[in-house]
Amino acid sequence: MDLKTILSGIDVKADWVGLRYVKENTDFRLVRDQKPEANTRESKQGVMVEVLVNGQFAYYGTSRLDIAGIQAAADRAVVLATAAAKYSLHSFGLEARPVATGSYRSPYQTASDAFSPGELSELLIKATAELKVSEKIVSTNAMARIVESESHFVSSNGSDFDQQYLMVSADYSAVAQDGSVTQKRTDGGLLAKSFQTGMEVFNESDVLSRCRNIGAEAVELLTAEECPTGTMDLVLAPDQMMLQIHESVGHALEIDRILGDERNYAGWSFVRMADFGKLQYGSKLMNITFDPTIGNQFASYAFDDGGLKAEKEFLIKDGLLIRGLGGKESQIRSGLDGVANFRASSWNRAPIDRMANLNLEAGDSSYDDLIGSVEKGVFMTSNRSWSIDDYRNKFQFGCEYGKLIENGKLTKTVKNPNYRAISNPFWRSLKMIGNEDTFEVYGTPFCGKGEPNQVIRVGHASPLCLFDKVEVFGGA
Amino acid sequence: MEKLFKQISQSILADLRPEEHLGLSFGGENTTFARINAAKIRQVGNVDEADLGFNYIWKAKCCSSSISLSGTYDEDMKRALAELNRLRDEAKQLPDDPFLVIPDSTQTSMSQKYGSLLEPNQIADKILPAMGEADLTGIWASGRIYQGSANSAGGYHWFASDSFSLDYSLITPEEKMVKATYGGTHWDQSAYETFLADSIAKLKLMSLPPKKIEPGNYRTYIASAGVADVLSMFSWGGVSEAAIRQSESSLGKMRNEGATLSPLFTLSEDFSSGLSPQFNGDGEVAPESNVLINKGYLAQTLVSSRTAKEYGIESNYAAGGEGLRAAVMSAGDLDEADVLKALGTGVYLSNLHYLNWSDMISGRITGMTRYACFWVENGQIVAPIENMRFDDSIYNMLGEQLEGVTSTALVNPDVGTYDGRELNATICPGILLKSFSLTL
Repeated sequence: MDLKTILSGIDVKADWVGLRYVKENTDFRLVRDQKPEANTRESKQGVMVEVLVNGQFAYYGTSRLDIAGIQAAADRAVVLATAAAKYSLHSFGLEARPVATGSYRSPYQTASDAFSPGELSELLIKATAELKVSEKIVSTNAMARIVESESHFVSSNGSDFDQQYLMVSADYSAVAQDGSVTQKRTDGGLLAKSFQTGMEVFNESDVLSRCRNIGAEAVELLTAEECPTGTMDLVLAPDQMMLQIHESVGHALEIDRILGDERNYAGWSFVRMADFGKLQYGSKLMNITFDPTIGNQFASYAFDDGGLKAEKEFLIKDGLLIRGLGGKESQIRSGLDGVANFRASSWNRAPIDRMANLNLEAGDSSYDDLIGSVEKGVFMTSNRSWSIDDYRNKFQFGCEYGKLIENGKLTKTVKNPNYRAISNPFWRSLKMIGNEDTFEVYGTPFCGKGEPNQVIRVGHASPLCLFDKVEVFGGA
Repeated sequence: MEKLFKQISQSILADLRPEEHLGLSFGGENTTFARINAAKIRQVGNVDEADLGFNYIWKAKCCSSSISLSGTYDEDMKRALAELNRLRDEAKQLPDDPFLVIPDSTQTSMSQKYGSLLEPNQIADKILPAMGEADLTGIWASGRIYQGSANSAGGYHWFASDSFSLDYSLITPEEKMVKATYGGTHWDQSAYETFLADSIAKLKLMSLPPKKIEPGNYRTYIASAGVADVLSMFSWGGVSEAAIRQSESSLGKMRNEGATLSPLFTLSEDFSSGLSPQFNGDGEVAPESNVLINKGYLAQTLVSSRTAKEYGIESNYAAGGEGLRAAVMSAGDLDEADVLKALGTGVYLSNLHYLNWSDMISGRITGMTRYACFWVENGQIVAPIENMRFDDSIYNMLGEQLEGVTSTALVNPDVGTYDGRELNATICPGILLKSFSLTL
């Protein structure tokens, strides 16, 4: 659709008008035990009309895409903004919507139509066959989620940018059972393998090899000992560090949370405005970046949904908190430095502060040196349980698979590995950090936040990490 | 909207060819949202959207989809026909689905509940002044929600409902909070102001100096809103028959090992409140009431027609994911006025937060306490407590440690909006536990 022409035809009494068109197709294929379970497509399209009147933004999301529909939406948004302006939390000006022009195309090698629905189904069927490495495997799943998304933003102050993405998530899982013992293994945690990529991720020999390993580890867990209980060294694999960074750093640093917007839903934050530039968030090994520029990472882009150009920034440098996760509106409200993270889940939601790619930078310890330094500890991989309080302090996370570390060596496999701690002391206990060879990139389609609620894509990358004196425990 | 859905569904269903079957579903809303922080407007807007869902079957093949509708017949018919043809192409390429269910429901229903709502331009003036100096943060949502279903067997259902809700937290300068939701179908300014004033008064209790309690096991009362959070876990690895069959349910121990919960615990799916539609996405109408856990024993599970076909059992027309759509926990005989006395010395929890299975197969849940939570001594509230993490099993909480159930089951509306405004509610009482494990 010709959004610029529509914008030029809109006639409203507003200080600013923006139109954000989004069209997104999500194909989801699920095979269970070699039989099709779901073959679905969700196609969404609509326009978010946003106006600024007397310092108050208001929006009207409509799926009616003709000029009359968008004009009517703009008229109604003006009514809402006018009525709300005398109660505004903050009176905004045009600086909240910087002018942006350009394009973004996510990188891929193989286009989505390179695999027919039948070919992809056939691969997923083979995957579930491969997962069943033993009669003790009682359930197998293989899923693929392919998203093609495009957005186009134009505004009355001259913004005109479009962004197109091809994103693929996949997971393969096996449930093993022996008597009353049941264990599940996935491919690094549910849909942790989420990337801006093409269909090249469905390389058959690679997929089937991974499936054999997943099935074997599920069976292995059936006879594993419970994870020990006690305070000891904890080594987290990058696929669990994804969740650790997300919950105990990312959400805590969202400036809209710090400003209190989320207090009725996701919660507040232990981080306060005065902490920026002062709070030693973690040990000196901790360097956290907001980096929307990494090729293939799940939440890379050129501009956020407010028009701010996306650039790499350090949020935590040598353990010191220096910058928050806040888009232009939050930066104006708080006076803090932020990043381009003002994002909406789709056309029917207004942007808010979200994570995008939030990464822990690699250190200089080799895998062998890091594991070799541990006298007694547990290695955990692949998230299966997560919960944290509304201030992002007290967390408890669980993983699918663990290994004891004894005298510098990985020894017995342990099941039901869990750990709990409080964010700041935990990050200050980071005592070794893996080098680039241990650095891995992950993502998830499912980060929930906001009122009205929004679920959005985020990416996280991390090296292997060693934490000192953490409370770990096993199952029931 | 009903007219649009009826016209499109009739036209599309008339276009079907031999050996084709189709279920159509409709979901839409026109909602005004106002996001509030510190009793001021943070964001305000409106979402007007509708989706048409397809469940397409050709011979032994099946695929499904949904598309956005514009609200205009000509444009939407064009989109719907294009989608039907795309599904036809895709289905041919897919493997046979041995568990597909051909729609056969010929039932029809019509439910339209119109209310009296504030006009979008009235909302700010009507809801904000009453907040006064309170630090109130929350979300206003009001408008009409639509759901519809039609299939190639002749079934047809329509449900439309007007409603509003203000879901909010009140916060003291010491950052203690109370939570409340004011909702309904007919706006009553006086009732709203009284409700808000009551919750502002409750906030005063939170101004007592807080007490830090150590991890350990405590006698505990969990109020209805917190119980609703626990019951929500039964929709994920809980009462689903498929989840039990596939060894991914916390209730597998009840089916396979004879584990039981407390005789005081009875859980049903019960649509008699009329809050949510009785038909599922395939137009199948569930029984008005199904007792799932009867006095601690697993009586039945939620069974979709697909699961029924796979395992050769009877469907009770659950929705696709076999989650609870109308959860009702039976009330007990503990009078609300006697809760603190019955608790004696222990912890009073109004709300819980961020629950997750810490060990699903064992039924163990972890989560946080939140909002108005107190230390109680000898039947008297002494102080609010700092938020604590819990990690305990449903076989303890709703089993051997369950000492009492209050005599009033309250309606806890689902104010979630991830996939549009929810219609569901959980109706449940509060529970008194002999022991509850607080861990951090």
